[in-house]
Amino acid sequence: MTQLALVIDLNVCVGCHACVTSCKQWNTSGQAGPMFDDNPYGKDPTGTFFNRVQTFEVGEFPCTETVHFPKSCLHCEDAPCVPVCPTGASYKRKEDGIVLVDYDKCIGCKYCSWACPYGARELDENQKVMKKCTLCVDRIYDQSIPEDRRKPACVISCPTGARLFGDVHDPDSEVSIAIRENGGYQLMPEWGTKPANHYLPRRKTKMHIHEDELTRADNPLRKEDIRHETSKDTTLDDWLM
Amino acid sequence: MHPAFSVIFLTTLIGVGQGLFLALFSAQAYGMAKLLPAQSNDFFAGGALIALLFLLGGLFAAIFHLGKPSYFITRAWRGMSQWRTSWLSRELIAMPIMIGLTFLYMVVYYFGLDADLYGWGVEGQLPLTVGIATAVAAIALFVCTGMIYAAIKFIQEWACALTPVNYFLLGTASGFTLATAYAAAYGDGLVQFFGNWAIVLTLAGLITRAASLFRNSRIKRKSSIQTAIGVRHTKVQQKSMGMMGGSYNTREYFHGKSELFLKSVKWIFLVLTFALPLILLWAGLAGNDGGLFLLAFVFQYIGLLFERWFFFAQANHPQNLYYQVVG
Repeated sequence: MTQLALVIDLNVCVGCHACVTSCKQWNTSGQAGPMFDDNPYGKDPTGTFFNRVQTFEVGEFPCTETVHFPKSCLHCEDAPCVPVCPTGASYKRKEDGIVLVDYDKCIGCKYCSWACPYGARELDENQKVMKKCTLCVDRIYDQSIPEDRRKPACVISCPTGARLFGDVHDPDSEVSIAIRENGGYQLMPEWGTKPANHYLPRRKTKMHIHEDELTRADNPLRKEDIRHETSKDTTLDDWLM
Repeated sequence: MHPAFSVIFLTTLIGVGQGLFLALFSAQAYGMAKLLPAQSNDFFAGGALIALLFLLGGLFAAIFHLGKPSYFITRAWRGMSQWRTSWLSRELIAMPIMIGLTFLYMVVYYFGLDADLYGWGVEGQLPLTVGIATAVAAIALFVCTGMIYAAIKFIQEWACALTPVNYFLLGTASGFTLATAYAAAYGDGLVQFFGNWAIVLTLAGLITRAASLFRNSRIKRKSSIQTAIGVRHTKVQQKSMGMMGGSYNTREYFHGKSELFLKSVKWIFLVLTFALPLILLWAGLAGNDGGLFLLAFVFQYIGLLFERWFFFAQANHPQNLYYQVVG
């Protein structure tokens, strides 16, 4: 069984919001109609977004670290938003595990958004239906797009390559290897939602130099003590220095 | 959570309707068992009409909880399809059944319809059958309404058996209080029965609601900012939520009022829903004054509006962890 998902590397994300804007651009121009914006150039602009980048500070000054944290629907394997929907508008696709909303069936009762612990769903204030990340389902299967670009808009746009996309159920996929080898984790595991999207933690790259590496402990000349007295006279080598 | 007035009116109004019906049904059943004086058909038909009006009022309020009111006509019928998994869907099935059966109950009594269904040779078998079915529907509707909230496990204030119990007790308490006022005006020897049950149910509701308040004041949160972003450090604070103008996430999940406001609403509903009606019911029963019962119901209903507002406002959604600081 396939479960498409994103793997977001917090070690690489620089918080540029390129994924936010490219997501909005792709999905607002899509076949599902525009994503509502109110007051886009006014005082309090607000609107529907599928993806946000938030910023957190870890630690206490001066030992702090900034973590940029992209947040979108996690396409949970046991999605709590799906069974609560009274109309069946909210559903999880069997073939690829993407959680979607049928905008023509949604009655805008908001119950699914209450049932999502991550706040991944937003009611479109114009269409009055629930909207959420589609994992660019209208892009990743589009045969008219070159094959290497059949990825979600946020993945394509990420300048640092912090976002990976693939099947987390395939143990040999790029995302599965990244999760396995780089300590990939899920958000709020305490609720048993089993999010498909994973995050890779911040990692420190440190160089460890042992004393042995600075002084050659295994110098064969010293070991066998076969060094000869060097001449105190000026030699050709001294001139070369 | 942000309290929506559509849901506040929906849950309180249908609670009164269901409670009033259960009161009527208990008078009917006791009357048939000759434990209480039998009532006229008009008493039951009139009471069922009042219960029906409350239920329809709730249904009307529910329309405004939909994205667009037009969805009530075009899409809401689909809401009955997911009854296998969704308590909301089950409520959407139970509610029209309750409304339909209450209407049928009213019609049966208004036209005095009856039939010797079970060969007992006594009157009132058809109304009793309809009454039993409606009572089952009323209780089922209470369970569905309560479970809509109790079933969301990560809204920890709601995810508790006390939630459906409170919906049941507060609905029946207000229904029996209204039934007392109705019986004082149109009934025959039912005031003591309804009044005493209204006091018992209000007291029971006070105990369970106080228990849930006590429980909610000492909830141990399962989620934290650490589990929300998966960083294992004791000091994590948000610096930016990714937008400055607000979004659905900042509007839907916060009540937007001060702690003091929340606290005062709590005391207002405790006084209006429980203390005042209890005193008025007691005074009414002691002095045999029908007007006090109606006053008790009015206070209790207004108190329930505050109670329901508080019920929503107090619920703390874990998504709020992601929306602590604007930027």
